[in-house]
Amino acid sequence: MSTSTTADFRTRLQDWLPKVVLAPSFAVILLFVYGFIAFTVVLSFTGSKMLPKFDFIGFTNYAKLFALQHWTTAVVNLAIFATLYIAISMAVGLMLAIFLDQKIRGEGLLRPLYLYPMALSFIVTGTAWKWFLDPGIGLEKTMHLWGWESFHFTWIKDSDMAIYTIVIAAVWQTSGFVMAMFLAGLRGIDNEILKAAQIDGASNWQLYRRIVIPMLRPAFLSAFVILFHLAIKSYDLVVALTGGGPGRATELPATFMYSYTFTRNQMGIGASSAVIMLMTIAAIMVPYLYSELKEKP
Amino acid sequence: MTVQLKTAQNPRGPRPRRILNPTRLMIYGVLIVAALYYIMPLWVMVMTSLKGMPEIRLGNIFSPPMEVTFEAWGKAWNTACTGLQCEGLKVGFWNSVQITVPSVVISIIIASVSGYALSFWKFKGSETYFTILIFGSFIPYQVMLFPLVMICRELGIYGTLSAVILVHTIFGMPILTLLFRNYFASLPEELFKAARVDGAGFWGIFFKVLVPMSTPIFVVAVILQVTGIWNDFLFGVVFAGTKNWPMTVQLNNIVNATQGVKEYNLNMAATILTGLVPLTIYFISGKLFVRGIAAGAVKG
Repeated sequence: MSTSTTADFRTRLQDWLPKVVLAPSFAVILLFVYGFIAFTVVLSFTGSKMLPKFDFIGFTNYAKLFALQHWTTAVVNLAIFATLYIAISMAVGLMLAIFLDQKIRGEGLLRPLYLYPMALSFIVTGTAWKWFLDPGIGLEKTMHLWGWESFHFTWIKDSDMAIYTIVIAAVWQTSGFVMAMFLAGLRGIDNEILKAAQIDGASNWQLYRRIVIPMLRPAFLSAFVILFHLAIKSYDLVVALTGGGPGRATELPATFMYSYTFTRNQMGIGASSAVIMLMTIAAIMVPYLYSELKEKP
Repeated sequence: MTVQLKTAQNPRGPRPRRILNPTRLMIYGVLIVAALYYIMPLWVMVMTSLKGMPEIRLGNIFSPPMEVTFEAWGKAWNTACTGLQCEGLKVGFWNSVQITVPSVVISIIIASVSGYALSFWKFKGSETYFTILIFGSFIPYQVMLFPLVMICRELGIYGTLSAVILVHTIFGMPILTLLFRNYFASLPEELFKAARVDGAGFWGIFFKVLVPMSTPIFVVAVILQVTGIWNDFLFGVVFAGTKNWPMTVQLNNIVNATQGVKEYNLNMAATILTGLVPLTIYFISGKLFVRGIAAGAVKG
């Protein structure tokens, strides 16, 4: 009798164990992720300045936020940066992937060279490019030394052009990774389909435009989602490359949020900018994850 | 089929391939130019770090040093000023090690067990938990940043190594759990059933059956976490406190120091030193690296 009850107990323990094991991490994620999101949302509706206060003021912070020139600059910069960054990274990545897929000699040597920037911190990337783009010591000076006196490349000091230097550095960092995603997609395409199309007389260009690129749809989608996500949370790169300057020329929502919350003591406005960032990312991620979840059994 | 294609006289067919026709030359040209674009900043950094300051002021950035000196490397490591202290990047390096090692180990232990429980021990609500994890993993950190500061202050760990370790561990968990769950879910279920019939329990199956056959996914998880945490700037600057700043924060301070003459060779040496750990991991881990980065790319 006693043996059967211990066996029962052990079975029941086995049934409970997975839940017991998951419970602490579940609680932590509920609190630290979902609880804190809720807290930030609540803060964004309060008049908190340096410390959180719970005097609800409705949408005042959001109205103030969108009236701020500083925020408008950050949003416009993000629009410019995200569009160019995503478009150029995908174009460069796709081109390199297609070219590398032409039975290239030395592919094993080239691929790691395209990919290594992805291993680096955005701080490292920013520092390297900051130096390289500095007109006084970097590329411009070298061109002058080589006799090209009229060469001017002062974007990093120019408030109208500085945002494009962020694009250059960000593309350098991630386009190789996009290449790897497309290359994996290309290698996954059934060769028989391509052969059949060739026999039907399709030129190489037609082959890629009509058949291969449409078949890369999943790779396009994941590359887009990843790049979009990286663009919105871009913070380190701006800090290292331009520090948000010259002036405020390269502020992005992430740097805006940081300065309003931590250095300007405008917590309510900082929180509302964080909520806007969350909603922008959610607009892309929620439908994407939802479709991914539905596809998988 | 291919033989036919080659022998057919059909003018619409592909041209016979010479080893280097203009198209192939163009392709190689583009690939090599691209390689130069990617390699150039690294080249410039290494060359500059090996030069002395007079040579940097005079010469061009691409040329190799006329006189190789490792002085800048030594200075960057030992005496560079990172704010008020001038003890070099070595302080940041050890801080980064102290932050990375526990965060990686703890988060992987918790996530691998959670992923295992979610894939093999399904219970009512386990799918809901899975969905909660997925949506939780992509939230940008900015949204949680201030409440995190508050809770760390409450716990009395704000500005210490424990705070950064805690934050990295927690925010590494969702994505790692997904990684492990998807990997374990792809394993044949018979394996699990056979082990159960043999009398193995929850921990027995995990340690004796699954862990030994899951080395690749553990490697991917380590790559994801080590590169992610080593390269982190935001959590380091917010939570660690001046004394415990990781290498990335100290590098940024060295480079943006306003006082004194700018020593470009020192800056470049410091930059390379900071990138060295993830670069080493990259070059030894090869293909698994891409998987690790891909899994971690949408992390807040």
